[in-house]
Amino acid sequence: MTTTIQSLKSQNHLKRDREKKIVRALTFVFALLSVGTTAGIIYELLNETILFFREVSIIEFFTDTRWTPLFASKRFGVLPLVNGTLLVAAGAMLVAVPLGLLAAIFLSEYASERLRRILKPILEILAGIPTVVYGYFALLFITPILRDLFPETQIFNAASASIAMGFMILPLMASVSEDALSAVPRSLREAAYAMGATKFETATQVVLPAALSGVAAAFILAVSRAIGETMIVAIAAGQQPKLTLNPLQSVETMTAYIVQVSLGDTPHQSIAYKTIFAVGMLLFVMTLVMNIISYFVTKRFREKYE
Amino acid sequence: MDNNHVVLETKNLNVFYGNFLAIKDVNFQVFRNQITAIIGPSGCGKSTLLRSFNRMNELVPSARSEGKILFNGEDIYDPTIDPVEVRRKIGMVFQKPNPFPKSIYENIAWGLKINGFRGSKSEMDDLVEQALRGAALWDEVKDKLDQSGLSLSGGQQQRLCIARAIAIKPEVILMDEPASALDPIATLKIEDLMRELKENYTIVIVTHNMQEAARVSDYTAMMMLTGEGERSGTVIEFDRTNIIFTRPKDKRTEDYITGRFG
Repeated sequence: MTTTIQSLKSQNHLKRDREKKIVRALTFVFALLSVGTTAGIIYELLNETILFFREVSIIEFFTDTRWTPLFASKRFGVLPLVNGTLLVAAGAMLVAVPLGLLAAIFLSEYASERLRRILKPILEILAGIPTVVYGYFALLFITPILRDLFPETQIFNAASASIAMGFMILPLMASVSEDALSAVPRSLREAAYAMGATKFETATQVVLPAALSGVAAAFILAVSRAIGETMIVAIAAGQQPKLTLNPLQSVETMTAYIVQVSLGDTPHQSIAYKTIFAVGMLLFVMTLVMNIISYFVTKRFREKYE
Repeated sequence: MDNNHVVLETKNLNVFYGNFLAIKDVNFQVFRNQITAIIGPSGCGKSTLLRSFNRMNELVPSARSEGKILFNGEDIYDPTIDPVEVRRKIGMVFQKPNPFPKSIYENIAWGLKINGFRGSKSEMDDLVEQALRGAALWDEVKDKLDQSGLSLSGGQQQRLCIARAIAIKPEVILMDEPASALDPIATLKIEDLMRELKENYTIVIVTHNMQEAARVSDYTAMMMLTGEGERSGTVIEFDRTNIIFTRPKDKRTEDYITGRFG
């Protein structure tokens, strides 16, 4: 018995067409859901931020050096919070970048295939540890060591949170950098070896520069993680908005401030309540800019080798 | 042929990948200031043989070799020999042009730096110019030395790779199908360049293209799969190129070059 192509076509075609439409509609709804959520969040943030800036001038917000919305004499200078955020994030990057890069170079250039298959998942498990664990690790383990080394260290301090946060972002830094290094074509390594380069010269002077945009993307992603990180700083860095570059002092980051206000009994619609939206908006803009930069850097990196 | 003229010599060379014997019992010689072509069908181990001359095979974790390869009489597989030193004396040009993603200038200067260059900027400039002239590329790139090596055309990139290789003054240059990714005009340029280079260097070239072997080489090694199940490659015939292409002794060579095989 023979089946004609024509009969096959008419039966399956209609069925497949219907399936395609249903799947497309479903996936569209879910895509819309996540886009809609984001839009909703931005709308709410913007709304409250505008209300906040009706009461506080935007110039004061960005230039005043004191942040005391919860005190009787209220001042609304966000700089101390930004300072705290950047101080802790910079400290975290000081830990995460060198260690992450070394780990990435080891995994991509030196480790045997077998070792890499074991180590990389372990590294990625490290990324799955809840940040609250890192927070208490900072407070109960790192801080006492710091206080032994530097007696002037305050109980809550930026350095301790920085170190814990550095270890938290390390897997991200290492993993994304390793992907970038591994994406460098084998032919480039061979070219270097054929010129009489050692393994170290090849890794640091040929492979790493060739993967630079990927490594830069890893760096930016890590910075934006560090800026947005909340739990570690809320637990270990303190609640004192301060303009300082001394990491041994207690500081308050933007995220920690939001936690502080949200946990307290701040009345709804009060000015203190509205500050968290203004701070949140600023935080959102900062990480958004970071993500946009990383998007373009990564795109450049892809064009090069694919 | 006078033994003083032998630069490279393999003695009962076997190369394995894991348990797989890729090339077996290879015995042949490469003569100074001559171009030696290695020809044969795909997968017969031509590249493996070429890469054993500068110990590039050992970058593949499972690779190992038996037998000897003598370079000016010295076994390069001796445990006391540093493969990095071997590669400084025996350079390589690859099938696909692979310049570093650095400037044209840096592509050449880098090899000199890692090989211990400690001179002034103007000495470096001279060496870079010399290498680029040697690879017949200088006139085309002298005004854009700070541009990326990747901005050049395929043929120019390949000549940049040749310039990079000769900059560190090796004795031997290994070429793994250097023209296979190039158009016919770029190919002819590379072939002309090879004839010039043999004044100062010894060249070993792997090629799929028999016309190319006939055009440029002085000696030809014919490789073929042999042994149990015909899985291991070996050199079945080695002679002057004009003899290989006109009066081959082995029937298989004759079949291959006349197109009755592979």
